[in-house]
Amino acid sequence: MALSTNNVLLASNISVQFGGLLAVNDVTFGIPEKSVVSLIGPNGAGKTTFFNVITGLYKPSSGTVNYDGTDTTDLPPHKIAALGMARTFQNIRLFGLMTAEENLLVAMHSHLKSGILATIMGTPSQRKEEKEALDRAREILDFVGIGKWAGEYARNLSYGDQRRLEVARALALNPKVLLLDEPTAGMNPQESQVFIDFVYKVRAERDVAILLIEHDMKVVMSVSERVTVLDQGEKIAEGTPDEIRSNQRVIEAYLGKAKGGK
Amino acid sequence: MARTSQRKWVTGYLIAVAAIFILYQFLFPWEGLPIGIYDFLQLWLPPTAVNESLVYVICALGLNIVVGYAGLLDLGYVAFWAIGGYCAGWFMSEFFYQINVHFFGSVARTAPGIHVNFWGVLLIGGLVCAFFGILIGGPTLRLKSDYLAIVTLGFGEIIPQVFFNGDNIAGFNLSNGTKGITILDPIPVGVKNIGPFDFGFKFIIFVLLAALMVFISLRLRKGKLGRAWLAIREDELAASMMGVPLMRTKLSAYAVGAFAGGLGGVAFATHVDGVYAERFNFSISIFLLAMVVLGGMGNVWGVIIGALLLSWINSTGLPAFGSTFNDKFGTSINFPSFTFLLFGLVLILMMLYKREGLIPESRLRLILHEGDAEEDITSKESK
Repeated sequence: MALSTNNVLLASNISVQFGGLLAVNDVTFGIPEKSVVSLIGPNGAGKTTFFNVITGLYKPSSGTVNYDGTDTTDLPPHKIAALGMARTFQNIRLFGLMTAEENLLVAMHSHLKSGILATIMGTPSQRKEEKEALDRAREILDFVGIGKWAGEYARNLSYGDQRRLEVARALALNPKVLLLDEPTAGMNPQESQVFIDFVYKVRAERDVAILLIEHDMKVVMSVSERVTVLDQGEKIAEGTPDEIRSNQRVIEAYLGKAKGGK
Repeated sequence: MARTSQRKWVTGYLIAVAAIFILYQFLFPWEGLPIGIYDFLQLWLPPTAVNESLVYVICALGLNIVVGYAGLLDLGYVAFWAIGGYCAGWFMSEFFYQINVHFFGSVARTAPGIHVNFWGVLLIGGLVCAFFGILIGGPTLRLKSDYLAIVTLGFGEIIPQVFFNGDNIAGFNLSNGTKGITILDPIPVGVKNIGPFDFGFKFIIFVLLAALMVFISLRLRKGKLGRAWLAIREDELAASMMGVPLMRTKLSAYAVGAFAGGLGGVAFATHVDGVYAERFNFSISIFLLAMVVLGGMGNVWGVIIGALLLSWINSTGLPAFGSTFNDKFGTSINFPSFTFLLFGLVLILMMLYKREGLIPESRLRLILHEGDAEEDITSKESK
């Protein structure tokens, strides 16, 4: 399947400087609509920093981020999230002492209109809104396959289910872009395979573009339509999994240069 | 199922409230009441103590929203109590005798000063406090927990000091300094005006205010805002990444909490029939925090019990126990002076054995007893 030429997210010429350290150096990166793309690179390559720029946690030293026609470079994270950019975390960050359902309802915060007085008085429109939100939350939980845990505290779920809940919570934002930060960390090969199928299902049924940061090459190579490689803050390669596999610079970045080579 | 049990609770509370009202409104002043019962009540449960504890309930419920729900440590809550109190002083007395403003007041129209109807003053007090909450919260809520606590502590010291020394601000008498503002307008309730010694009716009013705070707490907790508060308490970064605006959500917790402080302040002023700067000291902030912690952070019913219990021990329980003890054993120990020693001990014991409070919020029990299973194993191994 050919990639769409429309980028739902486009980060142009992003540089991030921490003191004297140039963590990301002039990286341009787009996420085509409804695609699955990956960002890989050795530890310290600047992947997570780049991720944090897109989601608004860091402001880039230079460059702009455009999401779905809006310049989000200087927007705070919660506004970017409300626009429909959702993420999961490398180390799961659920609201552990809230139920699975409530976790999703928190993510719907920006979609709910009821004010403080309407909530106190329990106006009909507020109750209707709450009920609709709850129905949607249950529907999403069913979709990711953990519907039976709707009323359970997030922290009581198994590791795999917590990962699913994180994706469900992100989907509750009604995103156009879903950013997954090392979603298969800590999974065994079978679990990873299940997760790959799950990513396909999300993409197919939720009309969402997915950006994956991942260390597990098997996962990256099997799900991605395009792979981008960062090394020491710079983009060194971009292409289909096959192109990346045979790219000399990528191999060097991961394995090191052969000594005494030509 | 849940609804019927809720209805049972509400009926139960209504009966209790009615019983207490009849007791103090009709039986207490009744001459036929056996003198033994009268003395017992006067010693162990005088009407003022009941009303004062309700004022504490109102404020503790407000603090619970800030500390229990949103997880923001506030050590200066007394400031809102003071501001609410002075709102009552300013708008319900002859203090500003230079002017003559009446707004559905309960005194003759010829009386000097500002006389706003008590119910209006409640609203004003609440809103003024909410405004100050936002004003103070704006710059300080960006701080992380410990620093926020220190700044609120300062705020809680500054506001009472301003009132304490506020009898001459460039020639303007804001607070009447140490003399305080006294003789407040009676409270109009339609059929009559409630004076300072009308404990029974004041009791009903305070119960209504406390019930209002319970209602607000429960409704907000269940709604969008309550979830956002809890999410922030759990994980600020994740919450903001899920579209929760941190500043606005924290500010709203602060404002709602401050609003309750204002209600409590106005209620307290009518309870003591005046506003006195020296009563708004730091210990009240800590006292309220102790009520929230003792009762169970985040649990409305626990906080109510914590507030009633600590307030009663402070105002009545300890002195009454002391005088009974001294009478019996011929000693002359000053028991009330041990109040803070007792509270300190209680808090230490609570932290050792029942960290989650008397009626804990179920979520909190989970965190606080997380390590217990492991502790049990290690303690068994060491035996």
